Amino acid sequence: MSDPAAAALGTHATGAPPAVLAVTDDVATGDGARRRPKLGWFFWVCLSFVALVVFGAIFAGVLPLQDPGLQTATQNGGPSAAHWFGTDDLGRDIFSRVVYGARVSLVVGFGAIGIGLLVGGTLGMLAGYRRGRTDSIVNAGSYVLLAFPALIAVIAIVSFWGHQEWKIVLILGIFSAPLLFRVIRAATLSCASRDFVTAAQALGATDRRILAKEVFPNIAPAVISFSLIGVATIIVLEGSLAFLGASIDTNSGQIPSWGNMLNEGRTFLQSDPWLTVFPAIAMFCFLLALNFLGDRLRQHYDVGGVKL
Amino acid sequence: MARYVAKRLVALVAIVFLVSLGAFFLVHLLPGDPTVTILGPAANAQNRAIVDHQLGLDKPLVEQYFIWLGNVVRGNLGQSFTTHQTVSSELGNAFPVDLELIVISQLVAFAVAIPLAVRAARRANTAFDRYATGGTFAMLALPAFIVAPLLVLVFSVHLHWFPGPGSYVPLTQDPWTNLHAMVLPALVIALGSIVIYYRLLRNDLITTLQEDFITLARAKGLSDRRIMWRHALRPSSISLLAAAGINIGTLIAGAFIVEYLLALPGLGYQLVVAVQQDDYIVVQGMVLVIAVAIVVLNFIIDFLFAVVDPRITRE
Repeated sequence: MSDPAAAALGTHATGAPPAVLAVTDDVATGDGARRRPKLGWFFWVCLSFVALVVFGAIFAGVLPLQDPGLQTATQNGGPSAAHWFGTDDLGRDIFSRVVYGARVSLVVGFGAIGIGLLVGGTLGMLAGYRRGRTDSIVNAGSYVLLAFPALIAVIAIVSFWGHQEWKIVLILGIFSAPLLFRVIRAATLSCASRDFVTAAQALGATDRRILAKEVFPNIAPAVISFSLIGVATIIVLEGSLAFLGASIDTNSGQIPSWGNMLNEGRTFLQSDPWLTVFPAIAMFCFLLALNFLGDRLRQHYDVGGVKL
Repeated sequence: MARYVAKRLVALVAIVFLVSLGAFFLVHLLPGDPTVTILGPAANAQNRAIVDHQLGLDKPLVEQYFIWLGNVVRGNLGQSFTTHQTVSSELGNAFPVDLELIVISQLVAFAVAIPLAVRAARRANTAFDRYATGGTFAMLALPAFIVAPLLVLVFSVHLHWFPGPGSYVPLTQDPWTNLHAMVLPALVIALGSIVIYYRLLRNDLITTLQEDFITLARAKGLSDRRIMWRHALRPSSISLLAAAGINIGTLIAGAFIVEYLLALPGLGYQLVVAVQQDDYIVVQGMVLVIAVAIVVLNFIIDFLFAVVDPRITRE
């Protein structure tokens, strides 16, 4: 199957470490001693970028940034030394807004997935391990929630309940729970039938101990890699909501998310593209990094068997 | 097999019932008051009471639910407060838009993703695989609300190849204009789907290619092409099928951001408008129909699973 010449060409062309060749051999021959694929340099680039964005989001308040809400006289000004990314229609500094926007987008993304993991993950492990009636009931519940046009429900609830950040986080978290439940249940199912779990049961370990000490460490890589991709999905979702005016209400002085910024800048797409270009680039790079990290970790820990 | 199908059918009915509950009670959480939508904010209490009575809104919520459900079972989904069209006719107008959008975009997505994935899996980790996989990663990070305005800017504002937002006409009225207006929205959706299908199928094929029966097929001297398309693709197509089911399910109403940005009057668009106008009869009717469609779709896909892989029914 594998074509060494093409493989060599590929590695040289992309400048990847030669470890890729070893992976190719593994895949092609499928022989017993499988080595873990190396993470590769791009993994570390992505990780650094995510770390940078997270750092910026956490410390936006103490970094020497302009006030993201401060309106200056330079409206729709292009990128300059004073305003690296230019200014928006109200003369606010876009660089500062992108950094502060990261805070909002990240809180929504990680917060919602955190809630989803807490609810869906716990139930998923229980259902996948206990099986039987618990499993059937929770499983049916997840199907009902998944069949529901979740976005419409989210829009409806947000318009009823309010546009505060924590409410968006909570709602998106609840609606991400059934999907996370399915992933974690599937992972637990395949793990719970393995010999070391049976051995632990035979030794008389309690269910709680088995779930915490045997099952959890084994499904953790799958959960982490899927969660990273989940965070990216939630950030996109929040952006979509922002376009419909169903996300954080920026008129009340709240800091906009990246999605809000993209929506606000949309009217100036032709005349003053920097209003949208910079938040779009920030979002693109961050989503790319998250997806890549998630995917690479999944490969690294060989959890390809876990599917939706 | 019959037992399996029967079991799934019971589950289907139960889920539909629960969804109808969800649709009804969720929508009654909506902030607006339909009488205000109908009469305007200046209406006096007496007139509001009359309208409330006409619509049956003065009855207890549970009773309202069963009245609505009874009507739905008889095929009457109610009438919009704002457009005064029946919900069924609004659905009838909106659904063909989505159907067309889904059919075109999915055909494009499969036509691109399958050959790409097969080629990439055959030569895993070669230059081709790396560029294709890298490309899909990039597309994965481009949300529809970035791609759609970008495509409009390039292809309709600057190049004038395709009409801009809001140029949709029904297929039966003017097929050429219709298809022309469908290109950009279908392209945005197809791009999103290609990524999903490609990544899934590529990874799945690589795993399948390590199985013993592939080694056996190879030992028998079958050609690479035959092994890929006849032996490897069939087991891998199960997960593709599952992904396609989930994806199409979410597209039925989930294409709303594309529809909204490109002013395409599909289900997602109509739903968003109905939510914004507190037109709750339309919202609950559409949510129910969409949820049923998704459930039925999943049912069909489960059934197809059983056909592709008969072992499933034995569980």
